[in-house]
Amino acid sequence: MPRIAWHLLLILLPVVAAFAILPGLYSNHLMLFNFIIFMTLAQGINVIYGFTGYLPFGYVGFFGAGAYGFSLMVIHLHAPPLIALPVGAAAAIVLALLLTPLFRLSGAYFSIANLAAALAVLQVVSNPNLEEITKGPYGISLSGVFDPALSYATALAVLAATLALVIYLRNSHFGMALKAIREDPISAGMAGINVVRERVIAWLLSALIAGLAGGVFAWYVSVFYPETVFSVEFTIFAIVFALFGGNATVIGPILGVVILYGIYNAVGISTPQYFQLLYGALIMGLVMFLPNGLVSLLQRWGIDVP
Amino acid sequence: MSPDAPLLAVDRLVKRFGGFRALDVLSFKVAAGEILGLVGPNGSGKTTCINVISGLYPPDGGTVHFAGRSIGGWPSHRLVHAGINRTFQVPKPFLTLTVRENVEIAKTYGDSRDAPSVEALLSALDLAGFAGHAAGELNTAQQKMLDLARALATGPRLLLIDELAAGLNPAELERVAAKLRELASSGIALLVVEHLMGFIDQITDRIIVMNAGKEIFEGRLAEASRNRQVVEVFLGDENAA
Repeated sequence: MPRIAWHLLLILLPVVAAFAILPGLYSNHLMLFNFIIFMTLAQGINVIYGFTGYLPFGYVGFFGAGAYGFSLMVIHLHAPPLIALPVGAAAAIVLALLLTPLFRLSGAYFSIANLAAALAVLQVVSNPNLEEITKGPYGISLSGVFDPALSYATALAVLAATLALVIYLRNSHFGMALKAIREDPISAGMAGINVVRERVIAWLLSALIAGLAGGVFAWYVSVFYPETVFSVEFTIFAIVFALFGGNATVIGPILGVVILYGIYNAVGISTPQYFQLLYGALIMGLVMFLPNGLVSLLQRWGIDVP
Repeated sequence: MSPDAPLLAVDRLVKRFGGFRALDVLSFKVAAGEILGLVGPNGSGKTTCINVISGLYPPDGGTVHFAGRSIGGWPSHRLVHAGINRTFQVPKPFLTLTVRENVEIAKTYGDSRDAPSVEALLSALDLAGFAGHAAGELNTAQQKMLDLARALATGPRLLLIDELAAGLNPAELERVAAKLRELASSGIALLVVEHLMGFIDQITDRIIVMNAGKEIFEGRLAEASRNRQVVEVFLGDENAA
């Protein structure tokens, strides 16, 4: 059996099965839903940062674009959620296309410019003068399409598709080309790789993932403010989860979300003062001793981590 | 392209960095199967010349024709698909990819059916024993060979070699010289930038000596050593003091 099939069987299937079964065993469905969203976003960060090395501080812009693309379709065109969802994803892709000139920048300049772009989109969406279209700063209500069960199932499908994509990247020449670009764009060009095109494809795939997650998030919560879906916290959490587990692998971001978001839910809500201390210590320790994430422990022993 | 036409024709090439002319109206030609040496003191424009031909820098003037087509300003991947590749003075492998993956990626994206297999290239360049190791674990000489293997995996018709010999021991130098001669005899044109004159003498019939972005001599290395201007550039003007 090819390696890609093993990865689908041993990683994707158990994760999807776990989130399909858990709502029957555990009553806090919102928490489970948030696990799915963060796992999806962490893998989205993995696609653009883990594989190509571009760290998008404004990644939440695509999430927000997806949420608003979805919501405006529902509000103005009364579109069914499953039709509105691809439109939300398309909104994120359009935003990503508009931001492709940012690839002229590198390193921190790219990250900061991307953050500024996401904040600019937030300011446009929450502009009171656009209340007729976006509901401005007063927020969105989608109570007419509220369906926690179907939106949860859709979020799980989005996560499954995202994991399948990352498994493909981990096992394909395209994924190898992206890693080559991350290592050295000049050498990648001399290996015959069209650096600009491949990097933009990764960028659009990453935006697509966040757009779908944003759309399904809007559907699940149904009532939200612009600051909710453009909160930089989404980006920070997704980046930290992906980095903590280990980039450019399939299981790294999954581990990162399970451990860190697990701690957040176990400690952060009940005793936030300890949570901040624990989180800070964990992240500092990771940066100092395991800068390539938890999976690098296994990689040091020569294990090829999927 | 007619049978007598050169594979590479560089005509009045200019490259500026601000007010500095790194290439100052440089012209030369390379035929298929020929090894042309490009020598000169540090800063004379040798590597800049390779960087312009390989698409790293766009030219500011002049033309570069390859196989009859003007290629000035083409992006690197397009040049690779057309049949041009290079090695780097400081080797630039993909450090976290394995040695095999470094070559495999070039074989896949290089768009060449004629290139040797990945395993054949690794064997030919003494890298087969390291195929599963990360490229970052190789020493500098091995990384240079990996650069060469990656370039050959794209099936080039013109190979630009930038100081491949520096840091190699005599036995390695002998093997690399034989390898380059073998590539040339298979029809690949080579433009070789090198400081080691013994190595250049072993592999080339013709050299171009550069200084301050200009060609100051073209011919055989033995003749160059008797050329007053070349001697002045390398050793200084004896009357200057």
